[in-house]
Amino acid sequence: MFKYLPLLWANLGRKRLRTSLTLASIVVAFLLFGLMQTLRVALTGSPELAGLDRLITMHKTSFIQSLPLAYLNRVKGVDGVLVASSQDWFGGMYQEDRNQLATFAIEAPTFFEVYSEYQLPPEQKQAFLQDRSSAIVGKLVAERFQWKVGDTIPMRSNIWTRKDDGGNVWPLKIAGIYEASNGDNQSIYMHYEYLNESRAEIRDMIGWVVVKVSDPDRSAEIARNIDALFVNSSTETKTSTEKAFIQGFANQMGNIGKLLTMVAAAVFFTMLLVTANTMGQSIRERINEIGVMKTLGFSGRGVTSLVLAEAILVTAIGGLIGLGLAALVSKGLSAAVAQFFPVLGMPAATWGIGAVLIVVLGSLAAALPCAQAGRLKIVDALRKT
Amino acid sequence: MADEALVRLRGVAKDYKRGSETVHVLHALDLDIPKGDFLALMGPSGSGKSTLLNLIGGIDRPTAGSIEIAGQRTDSMSDGDLGRWRANHVGFVFQMYNLLPVLTAERNVELPLLLTKLSAAERKKRANAALKLVGLSERAHHKPRELSGGQEQRVGIARAIVSDPTLLLCDEPTGDLDRKSGDEILDLLQALNQQQGKTIIMVTHDPHAAARAKHVLHLNKGQLGHEAAA
Repeated sequence: MFKYLPLLWANLGRKRLRTSLTLASIVVAFLLFGLMQTLRVALTGSPELAGLDRLITMHKTSFIQSLPLAYLNRVKGVDGVLVASSQDWFGGMYQEDRNQLATFAIEAPTFFEVYSEYQLPPEQKQAFLQDRSSAIVGKLVAERFQWKVGDTIPMRSNIWTRKDDGGNVWPLKIAGIYEASNGDNQSIYMHYEYLNESRAEIRDMIGWVVVKVSDPDRSAEIARNIDALFVNSSTETKTSTEKAFIQGFANQMGNIGKLLTMVAAAVFFTMLLVTANTMGQSIRERINEIGVMKTLGFSGRGVTSLVLAEAILVTAIGGLIGLGLAALVSKGLSAAVAQFFPVLGMPAATWGIGAVLIVVLGSLAAALPCAQAGRLKIVDALRKT
Repeated sequence: MADEALVRLRGVAKDYKRGSETVHVLHALDLDIPKGDFLALMGPSGSGKSTLLNLIGGIDRPTAGSIEIAGQRTDSMSDGDLGRWRANHVGFVFQMYNLLPVLTAERNVELPLLLTKLSAAERKKRANAALKLVGLSERAHHKPRELSGGQEQRVGIARAIVSDPTLLLCDEPTGDLDRKSGDEILDLLQALNQQQGKTIIMVTHDPHAAARAKHVLHLNKGQLGHEAAA
C-alpha cells in the first residue's frame, strides 16, 4: 500500500484550497471531540481512580454542608474502620482571583494513612506534620508558580475570614511537594487545626470524613453502621464508597455528559457530510482518470481501495492535528481551572477512540464515492475526456 | 498470415442500447492481425473504429463472437482476469493523452508498474528507461501542464510501453497535435514497430498518419472494407 502513497498525496494537493478547507473542518471536529472528552471526564469524574477500600461520610443533604468535628472520633470507633481522616474545603486563591487552587484543610497525620498514593520525601512529610502553618502542594501547581520547599505563600480563601484581623489571607509555608498516582497533582493540603483555630465563622466543624476500611467486602455494612450512629440527629450522614461518591457526583452531571456527547455527534455528522461531499466532488472530477487507471489494469476493487485510502488519509491528517491541538488546549486549560478540576487533561483513551472514529468516518465519507468509482465502466469514463 | 495471427476475431458483433433502440455498431467481424504488424484502422466517425479497438484491448465486451489474443480468449475472461491481462499485454495511447495531471511524467509512466511486484527502485529505473526511449529523460520531473502536447503524448507512449506489452493500441494518437508534433509521434510509433517489434493497431482519420502503417483497414458502418498495404 505504501507504493500508492505518492499518488494519494498528489491527489490531496489537486485542489489545495478545497483540501485545506476540508482538513480544517476535520481538525475542528476532532478538536471539539478531544475537548468534549476532556470536559466530560472532568465533569463526571474518574471513578476508576477511587480507592476500593475507602468510604466517604458526608452530610446527608449535601457535601457542602458541614459535620461536627466530634463525628470524626465516633467514626473511628466503628468496627471495620482502619483509619478515618477529616477534610474541609478552604477555597484557595493565589495572588489573582483567576488563580483558583483546590485547597483542603486536612487532619494531617491520618491523611497519609488513608491516601497512600500521595508520596513525598520523608523529611518533607515530617516537616509538614510538625508545622501547623505549613502545607504540601502538588508537583504541577508548584511548577506552575515556581514554588520551592520553604517558600511561604499567602493563600486567600473565598469562604472563610480570619477572626484576628478580618482578612482572608492564610500564609502557608510549603513543607513539601507531593506526587500522587491518582493524577491529583494540582491541589494544596493544609492543616485543619490551623484553619479551625483562626477562622471567624465556625469552629469544630469539618467538611467530610474519608474512611479506610479493613475489608472492602464489608464496605456496605460498615457504611450502614456509620450512618446508624447519627440517625435521627440534627446532622445525619450519608456514607458511600469513594467510587460511588465520585459516581454520584458524575450522575449529577449526567445530562451535561449526554449533552456533550450529542454535540460531538452533531459536529461529526456535519464533518461527515463535508468530507463525503468533497470526496464525491473529487471523484466526479476524476471520472476520466479512474477510467484510465482501470484501462491500465487497476481493478474496480483497487480503485475503490485508493478512494477509501484517500478519504481515510485526509481524515487521519485532520483528526491527528485536531486531537493534538485538543491535548495542548486541555493542558493549558488544566492550569486555569485547577481548583475545580484537579485531574483535568485529555484522557489517553481519546486517542484510541479518535483512531476508530478516523477509520469509521473516513470509510463512511468514502462509501458513495467508492461505489461510484468501483461501478464505473471504462468506456463510459473515457468518453468524459 | 492467419496462422501466425496475434489477434484473431471471429464473428465479433457489438450492439448498444440507446433507449428502446438497439444500435448495431459492429457486424460479425472476422479479423486476423499478425504479430509485429502496424495496422491503421480508418473510417468515418461512427463507423466503429474505436469500439473495435476497445474490444481488442479488453475494455469493452462483444455482444457476440470471439476474441483471441496471443492464444488467449479475452471475451470470456472475468473482469478481474481481464484487468490483469490488460496490465500485462496491452499498452494504450489516447488521443487526449489522459495523463494524471497531479503526477510528474516519471510517476505517470510508473503507474502501470504499481500493479507489479517490482521494487520502487526497479519501477523508477524502468520508467526512466521508457522516458529515455521516447526522448523525454530531461522532462521526467515535469507535470503534464508543464509539457507541450507532443511531449504529453510521448509520456503517454512511454506509459504504454513501460510494462513491455504484447500489443500497442493507439486511438487517434496524433488527433490533437500539430503536423510537426504528429510526425514525431508517428516516427516514434514506427520505430517501436520496426526496432522493438511491437504490434501496433492505430485508429486514425488522417491518411497521412495511416500512410505510416504497414497495413490499412477501412471500417464502414460496422463492417470491414478493403485491406490495403500502406
